[in-house]
Amino acid sequence: MGSVVPAVEPVDTRTVLALAGVTKTYPGTPPVHALRGVDLAIHSGELVAIVGPSGSGKSTLLHVIGTLDRASTGTVSVAGFDVDDLNDKQLSSLRSRHIGFVFQQFFLLAGESALDNVADGLLYTGMALSDRRLLAEEALEQVGLASRMNHEATKLSGGERQRVAIARALIGTPDIILADEPTGNLDSKSGEDVVRLIEDLNTRGTTIVVITHDRQIAARFPRRVSLLDGRIIEDTGVVAGGPVR
Amino acid sequence: MKASLDPSRLAPADMFRASLIGLRTRRLRSILSGLGIVIGIAAMVGVLGLSESSKSDLLAQLDQLGTNMLRIEAGSGIGIGTGELPDESVAMVGRIAPVEQVASISEVDASVYRNDLVPAGQTGGITVKAVDTNLLATLQGRMASGVFLDEAASDLPVVVLGSVAAQRLGVADGSSGTIIWLGDEWFSVVGVMETLDLSPDLDRAALVSYPTSEAFLDHDGVPSTIYVRSDPDDIDAVRSVLPATVNPESPDEVEVTRPSDALEAKEAADQAFTNLLLGLGAVALLVGGVGIANVMVISVLERRGEIGLRRALGATRRHISIQFLGESLILATLGGLGGVALGSAVTALYAWSQGWGVLIPTVAVVGGMAAALIIGVVAGLYPAMRAARVSPTEALRTL
Repeated sequence: MGSVVPAVEPVDTRTVLALAGVTKTYPGTPPVHALRGVDLAIHSGELVAIVGPSGSGKSTLLHVIGTLDRASTGTVSVAGFDVDDLNDKQLSSLRSRHIGFVFQQFFLLAGESALDNVADGLLYTGMALSDRRLLAEEALEQVGLASRMNHEATKLSGGERQRVAIARALIGTPDIILADEPTGNLDSKSGEDVVRLIEDLNTRGTTIVVITHDRQIAARFPRRVSLLDGRIIEDTGVVAGGPVR
Repeated sequence: MKASLDPSRLAPADMFRASLIGLRTRRLRSILSGLGIVIGIAAMVGVLGLSESSKSDLLAQLDQLGTNMLRIEAGSGIGIGTGELPDESVAMVGRIAPVEQVASISEVDASVYRNDLVPAGQTGGITVKAVDTNLLATLQGRMASGVFLDEAASDLPVVVLGSVAAQRLGVADGSSGTIIWLGDEWFSVVGVMETLDLSPDLDRAALVSYPTSEAFLDHDGVPSTIYVRSDPDDIDAVRSVLPATVNPESPDEVEVTRPSDALEAKEAADQAFTNLLLGLGAVALLVGGVGIANVMVISVLERRGEIGLRRALGATRRHISIQFLGESLILATLGGLGGVALGSAVTALYAWSQGWGVLIPTVAVVGGMAAALIIGVVAGLYPAMRAARVSPTEALRTL
């Protein structure tokens, strides 16, 4: 398959993510309106917390932003690509190169070293394993796990495992990293380390969206978007002079 | 920011690595499910290998004995003759053009014992037959020891024993000049024959020449059985004219058989048995395939989180299905290799123990591997499709 040219050229090169009038309705009786008209723009270099209680539509929003699910109505554009114009395969391509994911449950592969788990971040780009391992080494250094490179990933401590997962999201220098409750499975000390790491990565230019129900964590981030019943009820807005790549 | 999108790609080496993950992390389960395939393939390779090995042994035997021998007997029983063939029949048969050798046998009314002290009733089931001196050549038999009857000794009290007869009379070596009590005379044993596969009745017989039987046993020399070797190409033609040649008056009373047919019939019976065992092997293979499918379906359910992660990392549905299909294929291939190795080992061991030539047919090895691969694909197809259909958001919700 050849390269796919997006339907729309990026309008604002600093806008990494743009949602306009996004709704998501799950069919059923009665149908569930998980998102009810969300408008959101996130720019390169931002660190944004999307915060809200459970059932507020956070996870749905993450899935829509991460192109794992499609919006029922409205437009979503990620890294300059209009998601509506892309088919399933093209969405996979978009995820493989432009979006990094960090999950609450880490999702590390058992039986593989930390290095190979991180290298898997670029698995579906077709890059050779040796090249991916070189990049994985750098990514592990960035998250402070250079010494644990050859340890089996699933046997590391919770905090270390999440740092491996962050390195995996980081490896391809994606346009945006989406972190879903990254501290949800961690004790407070490890959680604190992970939040610091996220802040640290952001100061070095990585665009990160953290989804959390924890208002304390959200309060530490420069921009907070609060969600309730599928609507944005508060957006602290773009911080002027935020880091730009 | 990039303005174009390169498609997701998974290098073949990475595809292989991804397919190995499930097998590596769930070793025992993989081994057990692969075992079904091992047993199925081993059974099929073993059955085919053993049947080929035994067939090759039989063919070698047939080749050695020849399929161009016919046996002519006088029909006997109520209303179908006297059990004797006409005197001149041997000469008549010899005149049929494609006939190469003719040798006759005549039943002698006498018994044979170790010595003259053995009670008359204890004959040991050994019959006495008067035979032509070219009988051994016609049967393509071999001597275990000593020599066969020849013209030089044709009117002396000498006897040649079949293998079973020699054993029952306690004659170990036909060339040692042992004497036995035959009829009412002492006879010298001059030779012992090896087992004759095409005429087992001669294994239990003591053979004397026609002149000897006339001189010492008062035998009339009327033949009851004739063995014919003919040109192999004309065997059917010879067979069809034999009854009328042997007994023009009543050809119906002549029975013509081809002794090698019995061996071939045995082979056909073995083949039926082989087919049955092959069927059982196929059932084992099928069960093995179902086992793999079962394990793969469970694996897909258990690994939803991994599937979700891979989709998030950029895997297409196709990448996911190929990974699971690959896993099933690797499992089946390993099972197939194990099965071929085990089946071949069993065949070699059994053939060796039977003294057969070891013959593991290529068709069994290639067919076994092909069957394993097909099973792998079929067993993996449904689980792979299920894995591909898992929605990434559903999969990632898994805790």
